[in-house]
Amino acid sequence: MSRSVQALQGGVALWRGGARPGLLGLLLLAAVVVALPLLFPKNYFVTVVGVSVGFHVILAVSLNLLIGYAGQISLGHAAFFGLGAYSSAILTTRYDWNPWLAMLAGLAAVFLIASLISRPILRLRGHYLAMATLGFGIIVHIVMVQAVTFTGGPDGVSGIPGLALLGWSVRTDLHWYWVVAGVMLAVVWLSLNIVDSRTGRALRAVHGSEFAAEMMGIDTTRTKAQVFVLSALISALAGSLFAHQQGFVSPDSFSFFVSIELVTMVVLGGMASTYGAIFGAAALILLRAGLVVFHDYEMVILGAILMAIMIFLPQGLFVGLARGLRLALTRRREPAAASGDEVA
Amino acid sequence: MLDQLPQFLITGVTVGSIYALVGLGFAIIYNASDVVNFAQGEFVMIGAMMAISLLTAGAPFLIALVLAAVCTVAVGLALEKFAVEPARGASVVTLIIITIGASILLRGIALLVWGKNFHAMPHFSGETPLHLGSATLLPQNLWVMGGTAVLVIAVRWFFGRTSVGKALLACSCNPTAAQLMGINVRRMLLLAYGLSALLGAVAGMLVAPITFTSYDAGVMLGLKGFSAAILGGMGNSMGAVAGGLLLGILESLGAGFVSSGYKDAIAFVVILLVLFFKPSGLFGRGSSERV
Repeated sequence: MSRSVQALQGGVALWRGGARPGLLGLLLLAAVVVALPLLFPKNYFVTVVGVSVGFHVILAVSLNLLIGYAGQISLGHAAFFGLGAYSSAILTTRYDWNPWLAMLAGLAAVFLIASLISRPILRLRGHYLAMATLGFGIIVHIVMVQAVTFTGGPDGVSGIPGLALLGWSVRTDLHWYWVVAGVMLAVVWLSLNIVDSRTGRALRAVHGSEFAAEMMGIDTTRTKAQVFVLSALISALAGSLFAHQQGFVSPDSFSFFVSIELVTMVVLGGMASTYGAIFGAAALILLRAGLVVFHDYEMVILGAILMAIMIFLPQGLFVGLARGLRLALTRRREPAAASGDEVA
Repeated sequence: MLDQLPQFLITGVTVGSIYALVGLGFAIIYNASDVVNFAQGEFVMIGAMMAISLLTAGAPFLIALVLAAVCTVAVGLALEKFAVEPARGASVVTLIIITIGASILLRGIALLVWGKNFHAMPHFSGETPLHLGSATLLPQNLWVMGGTAVLVIAVRWFFGRTSVGKALLACSCNPTAAQLMGINVRRMLLLAYGLSALLGAVAGMLVAPITFTSYDAGVMLGLKGFSAAILGGMGNSMGAVAGGLLLGILESLGAGFVSSGYKDAIAFVVILLVLFFKPSGLFGRGSSERV
């Protein structure tokens, strides 16, 4: 009994930042991701909702690098997702580019745009930063709607070809599930590694106090700009995949609401936790998929749940629950082993 | 083209007045609690919708307006009491998500009660257009501008001259010190939410005859109000008013001289440029961070 508790606790500690942080969590996540389609290959919630969860996990994890770790809020993250998607859509349909080349071009464009705006935008703080990112997102969205000759306006671009690699073409929902799941796991792994790297520690220092971080010799402007660009690039990659997966893009998928939704995912799961972002993204997408049956009541229920979680678990669902679990475990163990040795 | 300038200005000031009132609501709550209340736009929608419902139900004009305002204030107080206060001590981002949740909830309720249709409100005093040089304006335009002016002056007087208003300001400067001086900080927070709900409701009722309203009308207005508050410098009430007017005029000129499709983009580009050169808004105090 106590051994299993100890093992579980060791797991919790490992997954909360032990010697090889997140490795156990990543393996667990990979196991779930692989097991789901093998167990339920025809389930709508796996092949369709699952792919949507995958995309949103990628976006939320990338946004969490910026919001959770660097402490820089962005209310316009959907813009980068959209820029990636539209680059692929326009280059492949109107100019017959190879999809991979189009994807690279899109990433290059986003790299340029993000680098260009990162410095002036990240000079801003708090609500001003929120406003600037929000404004950027809305401007990009308006261009998508208005530049009809290029973007097809509100109707969007359709007939985007699928992806193919070395003769294997991604066609069915299940194929896409594997592709998105693979990219998602790679992004999660990347995020976990960044967080535990020199850059990650610098980021958290910036979050704690920019002034203090600067005193420690961290180039805060550069660190923030780097994570901003990286976060934008990951989102653009997701956007490009999204365009090919859907075969169709329209401005609705990249509006202000999507940006807000992404922030909600990060905060809902718990900021500054990669698994929190994963949890938040999965929870919100599944919740919305489940609430569809309530039709007109969907919004009321969604709003109420969102408020309730944030009021009662302000650290976020995942981080709050993990902390509670850990507390319960230590409390249980204390009377047995009074020495109170730490599990590394 | 240029002879249309007065017309564009009238439209701009009318729309800008509404942005100013919503922005003022943002500034008041932000001042009192450091929270950006993303449900601010919903106050505007609820005020207008309530008034329309009461009018259709046959209530006399003035009574309908007053009742609608009272209901909206009640919603604002409830938001503070049941959503913001229980989460005291949570981070600012958490509180923002709570207000976003509240805005979704309120929109959802509005959808259930009033449906997806657009609702029209009768003009306050007829629809005979007035001519002012080359420009025409509706009496409702004057109502919007006049109403906004009266409210702004009243808010200014409230914060500058009354002891309650000064107590509210004290809470924004330093809640702990305010508490020690015998100010009931929690009640002041409640007051701030009530006051900004009132401003939102009035804005909604003033503009509803011109623009119509629907369950999701609050989203864009809330966004513009937030922009107005930021443009003016967050925490500066009169800055928010100036920001709102400026935003309205910018939009109207952009729509008239450049392209109506891009009018919002033009406004946001200007806001971004302002922020790049003045990172704390037009009239914001430069923030000094205590280390």
